[in-house]
Amino acid sequence: MAFLSIWLYSLGMEKWQDQGIVLEVRSHGENGAIVSLLTATRGRYAGYVHGAHSTKMRGTLEVGNLVDVNWSSRLAESLGTFSLELSRNHAARLMHDALRLGGLQSACALCAAALPEREGHPGLFQGLLALFDVLDGDVWGAAYVLWEIALLKELGFSLDLTRCAGGGDAEDLAYVSPKTGRAVSRLAGAPYKEKLLNLPPFLRPQGGAVDDEAVLTGLLMTSYFLEHWVFIHHTQGIPEARSRFRLRFESRFVKQEDQRRLEAPSGAEQEMDRSIYAAG
Amino acid sequence: MQDGPLHHLIKALSSLPGLGNRSARRIALHMLGRRESLMLPLARLLERAAAEIKACYICGNLDVLEPCSLCQDGQRAQNQICVVAQIGDLWAIERTGAYKGLYHVLGGLLSALDGIGPEQLGIEGLVLRTRSPDIQEVILALSATVDGQSTAHYVADRIMRTGLEITHLAHGVPVGGELDYLDDGTITTALRSRKASE
Repeated sequence: MAFLSIWLYSLGMEKWQDQGIVLEVRSHGENGAIVSLLTATRGRYAGYVHGAHSTKMRGTLEVGNLVDVNWSSRLAESLGTFSLELSRNHAARLMHDALRLGGLQSACALCAAALPEREGHPGLFQGLLALFDVLDGDVWGAAYVLWEIALLKELGFSLDLTRCAGGGDAEDLAYVSPKTGRAVSRLAGAPYKEKLLNLPPFLRPQGGAVDDEAVLTGLLMTSYFLEHWVFIHHTQGIPEARSRFRLRFESRFVKQEDQRRLEAPSGAEQEMDRSIYAAG
Repeated sequence: MQDGPLHHLIKALSSLPGLGNRSARRIALHMLGRRESLMLPLARLLERAAAEIKACYICGNLDVLEPCSLCQDGQRAQNQICVVAQIGDLWAIERTGAYKGLYHVLGGLLSALDGIGPEQLGIEGLVLRTRSPDIQEVILALSATVDGQSTAHYVADRIMRTGLEITHLAHGVPVGGELDYLDDGTITTALRSRKASE
């Protein structure tokens, strides 16, 4: 009888099945958590997870993990309950590297803070998965910047980096206008270069270097648009994880540059080497 | 009953971790049935613990001594510091008896979501301790989670200096673990941290 009543009750439940990426986990009570996922077809969705702190669930509920999700609720508008099964553990692959792990956390925090709930973004879901796949590759930094540009576009803040906003040469794009988000050529932007944002070489139509300096330039550029366009009206501002990621990248770059400068022979030393070689 | 001391006792007990209203009621009734043998000694112990136990100003451990007995113990290796997130982690390592150095309790992990930044943790104290040339190794015994490892990387960046070895706990197959039952992440980290057979 009890089974029959449960079965009849479950017939009236709202349910769906999907895949999702764990964006955020907030503890709720002693054993549960409210988990925010970026689902493949339904966008950002929150739900309650029972036993979130159990040994089995702790590994599943790591930011960035891909999970198979069953959502159920009595009413479609309610928070509902998630039943999750781990499909792919992205965080574990990146835990050894502070910067890549920071990139994963930053991307998830941006999605959690910027995307409206229950609005489908299938392109962004696939893009985020693709980003996680390349995070342990060589050009992960550039991929991360490209993903942030795609996020800006998905949120309605598209950048036009294909031609010069001032009618200049499209082959020599060097800046981005902070007002319009459009590229500006080196010549047309020269009088205003203090106010313009630098365009990283790999985002120019003809392509360019994908080194740490270019990635940092890209991060500074997207930081501006995230801060002034996307999060301008958010009380919390740009997510902490994103700010930390940029600072970490910046400090590593500065350290590497200092190291390179120390290791490289100075001009006077090079001159001395040349004279010794010529004399010999 | 609603405003009486019994109600307040049940309410206070139910705010403890792992206890709900029903368990709190049972504990309150159990204690009231053993006032002399349990309830009053327990009250005295609670009062004494609240008055005497303090956080060690060097490592953050809880003890009645200041500095704590671990920091004062001359038998322990004075050139190693094991960094843990919580005192429970320190106790877990102490239970093993496998480590005989000093400790540093951070008091939590960096978590952007919970608003826990470096200022809220005992990282500055650790930076000061590791500046001493006597310290040769810092073991980052933080959990193998995204927050745990982010904190470990942050701490490593802050304390890095020439002559200081920074090590992490190994991540991988637990003792008694069977590969077939392990998740992908654990197997991936275990493969990455593999070592040559001796």
